[in-house]
Amino acid sequence: MREVYLDYAATTPTEMRVAEKMNSTYSNSYGNPSSIHAIGRRAKGYVEEAREIIADYIGADAKEIYFTSGGTESDNWAIKGTAFALKDKGRHIITSCIEHHAILHSCEFLENFGFDITYLPVDEYGSVEISELKKAIREDTILISIMTANNEMGTIQPIKEIGEIAKKKSILFHSDAVQALGSVPVNVNEMNVDMLSLSGHKIYGPKGIGIMYIKKGVKLEPFMHGGAQEFRQRAGTHNVTDIIGFAEAVKMLKENDKKYAEHYKTIRDYLYSRIKNEIEYVKLNGHSEKRLPNNLNISIGFVEGEALLMSLDMEGICVSTGSACSSGSLKPSHVAEALKIDDEFIHGTTRFTVGRMTTIDDIDYTVEKLKEVVTRLRAMSPLYKDRRKN
Amino acid sequence: MDYTEKVIDHFKNPRNVGELKDANAIGRVGSPSCGDKMEMYLKIEDGVIKDATFMTFGCAAAISSSSVATELLKGMTIEEAKNLTNQQVVMRLGGLPDEKIHCSVMVEEAVKAALEDYYKRKID
Repeated sequence: MREVYLDYAATTPTEMRVAEKMNSTYSNSYGNPSSIHAIGRRAKGYVEEAREIIADYIGADAKEIYFTSGGTESDNWAIKGTAFALKDKGRHIITSCIEHHAILHSCEFLENFGFDITYLPVDEYGSVEISELKKAIREDTILISIMTANNEMGTIQPIKEIGEIAKKKSILFHSDAVQALGSVPVNVNEMNVDMLSLSGHKIYGPKGIGIMYIKKGVKLEPFMHGGAQEFRQRAGTHNVTDIIGFAEAVKMLKENDKKYAEHYKTIRDYLYSRIKNEIEYVKLNGHSEKRLPNNLNISIGFVEGEALLMSLDMEGICVSTGSACSSGSLKPSHVAEALKIDDEFIHGTTRFTVGRMTTIDDIDYTVEKLKEVVTRLRAMSPLYKDRRKN
Repeated sequence: MDYTEKVIDHFKNPRNVGELKDANAIGRVGSPSCGDKMEMYLKIEDGVIKDATFMTFGCAAAISSSSVATELLKGMTIEEAKNLTNQQVVMRLGGLPDEKIHCSVMVEEAVKAALEDYYKRKID
């Protein structure tokens, strides 16, 4: 059966060029970068080269790049590491209610230790409002953490402005840019961030590798205790092969990022225009312009999200949904709830994320199948029947 | 989601879909805000269910549970239908994931609501 992958926000396939580079390192750089001998030093050389490549791409100094196991670890480290380092200065943290669970659950964990967390609401487009942020800032606020772009709705946040406010108030600012990297420019200086989380597998690199950017002078408590790796801030033998793969994926971004983003936008816009023109009762979720170029999130009226996802899956089409029925918790996604999407549409939020390998032909196939599926599900939907009667 | 072949079959090819024009017992449960809405239509004659159809807005489990329920209901006496449990629906589907059991409970509730509607109509 034909397979069309439209879930690039969940993860991306590893680029062949990245995989080949990684393969070649298994034989010649198996050393432990912490070893003093030649084979260890060779591996260390690769790690440091990777650090330079990544630092260069995001406008940082190599000494400000710390390798981690991925976005989740970086997020955990930013939140808990800041909290434990600054607990005597203050115990208030500001974040938003649409953050990734790696941020939200880390914050909830800290609440058990006497920290006070403000979860900022978002507007109907999923954007954090600057006025709300200003109101939330207190004397004892030690950290603001707001994602660069939301993973479900694709909404791009006013990071630069938030960073300016944080800087003025001498509050540390962290941003989870896992979803943004590769789709929109990510530059730590322009963003005014003190900390930034990035992940390899969202940019056609390997899974299980990420970085945390920590601005020079910012002191966090280490999250992983053990050896002296990563400037004594993150213990654990370097994941050399994945680090090399991550850097190769970043190199590809440096060479082609604008071209990729244009491709995403062309394909995504084509997908949305076809859906909008050919299917009735479709609502766009998130912002029409301030959104990641590869992300389309829509609700299809009178159709439940999981049923839609399952039906598309049977046709070989992979998408994702914020439907309650797919979560196991019987609650719609926290992001869909934060956007206050109408009852009628909240259980049908469906995310299509396109990627480098997506073609116009893939989209044509998807739209044809989507139309069939929607017709079939609406034929048994009592909500659709009622709407037609009225 | 780990669904049985039976669930997938009923989800893909649901039996007895649609409104039943001459239904004399209609049960409606759920609401769009919960992500599930189910309507069960029964045609009861001489204490026996002659026909049963459904309309469901919901996930694959909710749709397949409704579909097998209509199969089970056809030919049942009112007494038997009253005692129809979600367990019978789950068994007929070859099982449901734990977090989806509530979908089969909704079907049981829809049947009970339909039977209440039937008695109410009789009194009126």
